[in-house]
Amino acid sequence: MRVTYLPRAALLSFAALAVAAAPAAAKTISVSAGTPDANEKLQEALILAEPGDVVELGAGTWTLTDGLSLDVDNVTVRGAGTKAGEGSILDFAGQQGAGEGLLVTSDDVYLTNFAVLNTKGDGIKSKGADRIVYHQLRVEWTAGPKETNGAYGIYPVESSDVLIDSVYVRGASDAGIYVGQSKNIVVRDSIAMENVAGIEIENCYDADVHDNVATKNTGGILVFDLPSLPQQGGHNVRVFDNMVNDNSTPNFAPKGNIVASVPTGTGVLVMANSRVEVFDNMLADNGTANVMIVGYRYPYKDEKYQPLPKDIAVWDNQHGKAGFAPAFPGGAEIAAAMGGSIPPVLWDGAGSAVVNDDVAVLSLNLPDVGTPQSEAKPSPADLKGEAPAPLPGITLPESMEARVQ
Amino acid sequence: MKRVAAAFAAALLCASGAVAVSEPGPNQAVIDSADMPAKLSAFGIFRAGTSEPVDALLPYTLHTPLFSDYAEKHRLIWVPAGQQARVAADGHIDFPVGSLIVKSFGWPEQNGGRPVETRLLLHRASGWTALPYIWDADGKDATLAIAGRRVPVSFKSPDGAAHSIRYAVPNKNQCKECHSKAGTIVPIGPKAANIDFGTALSRPDFARFFVKVPRTTAPMPRWDDPASGSLEQRARAYLDVNCAHCHNPRGSASNSGLFLRWTDPIGVNYGIGKRPTAAGRGSGGMEFAIKPGDPDHSFLIYRLESLEAGIAMPELSRSTVHKEGAALLRQWIAEMPKDGH
Repeated sequence: MRVTYLPRAALLSFAALAVAAAPAAAKTISVSAGTPDANEKLQEALILAEPGDVVELGAGTWTLTDGLSLDVDNVTVRGAGTKAGEGSILDFAGQQGAGEGLLVTSDDVYLTNFAVLNTKGDGIKSKGADRIVYHQLRVEWTAGPKETNGAYGIYPVESSDVLIDSVYVRGASDAGIYVGQSKNIVVRDSIAMENVAGIEIENCYDADVHDNVATKNTGGILVFDLPSLPQQGGHNVRVFDNMVNDNSTPNFAPKGNIVASVPTGTGVLVMANSRVEVFDNMLADNGTANVMIVGYRYPYKDEKYQPLPKDIAVWDNQHGKAGFAPAFPGGAEIAAAMGGSIPPVLWDGAGSAVVNDDVAVLSLNLPDVGTPQSEAKPSPADLKGEAPAPLPGITLPESMEARVQ
Repeated sequence: MKRVAAAFAAALLCASGAVAVSEPGPNQAVIDSADMPAKLSAFGIFRAGTSEPVDALLPYTLHTPLFSDYAEKHRLIWVPAGQQARVAADGHIDFPVGSLIVKSFGWPEQNGGRPVETRLLLHRASGWTALPYIWDADGKDATLAIAGRRVPVSFKSPDGAAHSIRYAVPNKNQCKECHSKAGTIVPIGPKAANIDFGTALSRPDFARFFVKVPRTTAPMPRWDDPASGSLEQRARAYLDVNCAHCHNPRGSASNSGLFLRWTDPIGVNYGIGKRPTAAGRGSGGMEFAIKPGDPDHSFLIYRLESLEAGIAMPELSRSTVHKEGAALLRQWIAEMPKDGH
């Protein structure tokens, strides 16, 4: 067990950082909160910024009515902190338009030390934004879990090289931290609580998710692959050294979304990816299962789609109590038949997995994803065996790591 | 929309009836520069102190236009002297550097019918640049609003309902969100299949603008004219014009996997039986973007009929529900065979 019991995120202060030396020509554009035209002035700064510039958000609460966007490469957006009363708080409670609070569509952007609250859609989205760094941010729906909250808190998509470091996300009606259709990703030292999904890696290649806390979500950490999308065939994802506990919030996702099907009490859920490693995590108090490995069990028409979990490896995780309230159809009956709870690792029987944790595994024995779950024939399964050679860790470009040093 | 047609007929009459050969065209040096002039008058698109365009620009309309809060739009093209735009084989129009596309938005009840805003797409050596201008209260000039603005606007929709909205003039980045193809700005509207020059075709100087009259592909139907196309064709034209600038594999909504171009096949990636990807509460609790035969359980309709940020589609530039457009799509989905395409 190599896990650090309290991840670094919990120990970090959210105080302003000393910033690394910027290029000589770069300038700092400071914008103040609280002026009647703060929204327009801030957007203007984000448009007029030039590569290398810093847009500095003054301390205070920003009352914003429209989504912000940044489309200039190599710009830093830096606030005075994430705490109420002293930080730079972007409040979107009165938002009238746009699909997110802040949209980034340029490369080498560094977002740090501010908070985005109560957006109508997603919190911060970055699309096609390579080498983006999300660092020391708070994205929150402050009333807690509500179906009317926005979908994603932090939402990079279609990007290469993504770093999410020391963020706090709460209340997302889909996923707190969602990385979609991207490559070469690190999510670390962050806290996701009271979201439907704490952290979700979807249709991605090469990701490390480590040293995070995922607690009081419906599901803690999800690794998904879905059909009919431009990038699919998710693979090579490592989930390690995380604390994933007490994911007990009833599912509040709007129906129809894939996460609406996540049973309350899910710790780590792997669906239809290949080569996912789950190791050295602390997993406890997840009422359905600490680890769940399943196929994509919906009809689909995409011939290129691969619906099975393949070569999933699980080892050296520390398991606390789990399986005491399995929230999938038929779960309660299975638990009753097994003396009140089901084992902490649950496999639907599709695809292939090696589980070397020192706990029992329950298989639903549904190898064909076309078979309805009602035909499950649950039985204990022994998935111990030799895992494939370990995946190499993710290395990000030095310029990205330098931002957060 | 008869009112728009009438307004355009009037505009075109003026334009074609009074071609003043001596009237200068727009200021080519400003178009070609890297400047973002604070005042629209710097471009010389409109006669001094008015919102009447100079005759040198070529007016056009679209068979099926983008819905923008029932605004009436006046569109103009400028191609620099001695050059011509070319219509490519796929129907898109290649404009030479130095070209300019102008779109003005207004309502008959607002500012005495004068435009509220004018958006420019400038083809500069560095690529296309988008600049939004908001007309001053006296209607004599317009001022650059690079960060966009919400403008209170009152008008009546065709069903007689009165609307008072905070109309969103997009900012420079938002211009690009829609006008984006693989991360660079491109024009959307002027495509051979959708463009209509009307009486401007007979202008003596028309041939100066285009290598040839753009008629390489069959025209798209008018979304609201059943004589111009089948229900499905009109629904597809509407989706192409209102959605496909983002919903295509190189657009701002590429990650959704929902592709709504005129040329896309009608299948899962066109929304038929397609589950939400990143819709969040935009799914409205429904399973599919389009559920054949059942518009009430098709969240594409739900999003078109919503005004709420985070749900409403398109995400930008819509503060009013386009009832007539939604009705067209409702009918199209309702008449789809339930077993899908």
